[in-house]
Amino acid sequence: MPTPPDLPDPTGPVDAGAAVPALRLDGLWRRFGRKIAVAGISLDVPAGSFYGLVGPNGAGKTTTLSMATGLLEPDAGTVHVHGRDLWAEPVAVKRLLGVLPDGVRLFDRLTGEQLITYAGLLHGLDRDTVAARTADLLTAMDLRADASTLVVDYSAGMTKKVALACALVHAPRLLVLDEPFEAVDPVSAANIRDILHGYVASGGTVIVSSHVMDLVQRMCDHVAVVAQGHVLAAGTVDEVRGESSLEDRFVELVGGRVTGEELAWLRTSSD
Amino acid sequence: MVAHILRLKLALLRNGLRRSAWQVVALVLGVVYGGVVLLLVVGGMAGLSVADESLRQPVAVLVGSVLVVAWWVVPLLAFGLDSTVDPSRFVTYAVPRRDLLVGIALAGLVGIPGVMTVVSAVAVGGVQWHDPLGLVAGMVGALAGAGVAVLGSRAATTVALPIVQRRRVREVLAVAALIPLALVGLVVNRLAGSVHVDMDVLDRVAHVLGWTPLGAPWAIGGDVTARAWGLAGARLVITVASLAVIVIVWESAVARSLVNPPHSEPAGRRAGLGWFGRLPATPVGAVAARSLTYWIRDPRYALSVAFVPVVPLVIWLLDRDGSNLVAVGPVTAFLMGWSISADVAYDGSAFWTHLAAPLRGWVDRAGRVIAAATLGVPTALVFTTASAFVTHRVAVLPALLGISLGVLLTGYAAASVVSALVVYPVQQPGESPFQTKQGASAAAMISQIAGWLALVGLCLPEVVLGVVAIRTGSLPLAWATLVVGLGFGGALLAAGIVYGGRALDRQGPALLQRILAFP
Repeated sequence: MPTPPDLPDPTGPVDAGAAVPALRLDGLWRRFGRKIAVAGISLDVPAGSFYGLVGPNGAGKTTTLSMATGLLEPDAGTVHVHGRDLWAEPVAVKRLLGVLPDGVRLFDRLTGEQLITYAGLLHGLDRDTVAARTADLLTAMDLRADASTLVVDYSAGMTKKVALACALVHAPRLLVLDEPFEAVDPVSAANIRDILHGYVASGGTVIVSSHVMDLVQRMCDHVAVVAQGHVLAAGTVDEVRGESSLEDRFVELVGGRVTGEELAWLRTSSD
Repeated sequence: MVAHILRLKLALLRNGLRRSAWQVVALVLGVVYGGVVLLLVVGGMAGLSVADESLRQPVAVLVGSVLVVAWWVVPLLAFGLDSTVDPSRFVTYAVPRRDLLVGIALAGLVGIPGVMTVVSAVAVGGVQWHDPLGLVAGMVGALAGAGVAVLGSRAATTVALPIVQRRRVREVLAVAALIPLALVGLVVNRLAGSVHVDMDVLDRVAHVLGWTPLGAPWAIGGDVTARAWGLAGARLVITVASLAVIVIVWESAVARSLVNPPHSEPAGRRAGLGWFGRLPATPVGAVAARSLTYWIRDPRYALSVAFVPVVPLVIWLLDRDGSNLVAVGPVTAFLMGWSISADVAYDGSAFWTHLAAPLRGWVDRAGRVIAAATLGVPTALVFTTASAFVTHRVAVLPALLGISLGVLLTGYAAASVVSALVVYPVQQPGESPFQTKQGASAAAMISQIAGWLALVGLCLPEVVLGVVAIRTGSLPLAWATLVVGLGFGGALLAAGIVYGGRALDRQGPALLQRILAFP
């Protein structure tokens, strides 16, 4: 397993006192046609935390994270990143953010190296910095050998990794990752977790969405459970899960279990 | 099982129609078009059968050969036209291979092309109706010919599938196929009056084709009518042998593809940073580098570049004495200027990269214009200068350049604003350019038309001035055109970038949402 190289530290000092959260969502609403995707979500993501956002399919996780990163305008509510209003001063606040959205394309006719370079240059980094960080990130993501392969020819896991590298290249203070581990192989996932833990240890903040409860329980220190556009529970992982496992607690909160009785014919002994 | 596959094919057709009214419209248009072609073929064959006896066989062979070639080649070029009952889709089902092959072959006849082929083949075979024996032989030959066409088509696509599925190959084919298609009509129109069809040549071509799998089946009827039993037997052997080879090739290709489904092939590689290393390391430079890379590497952009040399050709074809060639520069400039009007739509959801970055709208706009201008300005200069020489108007070259550059800059200005306000569904990278996107809304159409009108209106100063300069041959006016074109066009471009940039700052997230909502 390659050792994660030195990644750029999050720029700037961490806010004095934990009073100002890295991300504060306040009363976010979003409607698509007649469907209300997010119905008044408020969340505080403390600076320096590793925050998990969990929920069933269609809970509004992606919509929430899109609004938190400037990709989707909320119908109502505010987003503050380290105390600054994202939708009031988008250009300044987006410098603090590293984003990995889910279910979108990349500029996949670029090579992996070009794509990371592109992300760095868009954030206003100079050529030497971009070159050095691109090389570091390609190594960290185990993409060295495929640096000059077009991203369109990458596997799903490699695509995730290169997108994550793009989110990291400008050393953001807050990382917002939508399903970062989907389709990523276990070794790469472990490497990525190491990178993220190192990033949090050096003062950065990470918020990830996932529906793999085990992963969130092991990796995150905070968690919020959302369903049908509402926050059902939020806090440290231990607070939320109490005595049970996060998965059991999640099922208990969200509901919707069905028993397997209906598929009796599926039992191979029946013939 | 065969009946199952046929039913599946019919169900697919029916469900396709149910999905959208446009599919019904497409089907109706297809039926009308097919009907007209069929009328021509059947009518032509009927006419032939009462015309000169010596013509019957050569023409039957030629028409039949064209039919076969069309079946073999068109699906390869227009890949994806009908892969609804492709063998690879049955990989996971336990279907006996024979049944699968028969079913797929027959399913190929369901639909407009299949019906047209059978009717045409019967018409070609029926040419020999004067002689009962000849008619029977002709019909057998025609049906065998239809078999060669349909089975050959299936074999060709199955064999070619692993190759065609390579991204690069498919993209090149798709682009390469569109250009001749677009030009065929014009070329025919141009040549129609001037080429005299030589019967001898026709006869000789038919003679050669008659000894190939393409033409042999269609020649049998004629041979039998002439009681040339040896010839007829030889052609029957060729036909049967071709069918056998086709079936064997197809069967083995299907067998291979069933156990070894085609997969995407080794990846495209590009060393180094390309344009990112050459352009300034600023956000504007980065956007320009990304756009330039796409102009070359993305088939959708490459297609519009490939069409540029076609412009003078089209203008020349439309106007035989060549004096209209003077319009080549401005027309090229117009098309190239407008070419970035769907740039955000072309990005697709990858546009989020710009939204997530601390990027001001004008930076995005300027970068895209710089990339387009890197190609557009030299092209406009070269085409305009060349057209001035060809049409002997070198004296007023400044006027022509003024018009072309003015139109080009104004085009970039208008496109910068339009693409920040409107997105509509376009082909996503990797999709066949043959698939037309449905759901291009009325708003999209209106925005295009309004944009064109605005563009024409904004170009008027230099165009009017330039036309006067060219008509009068006035050199001062010609230079004035150049100044106005560059000055006014440049000012409009600056305004377009600023205004388009502001629109993008405001509209960016809404544009991304609309792109994500496209089917």
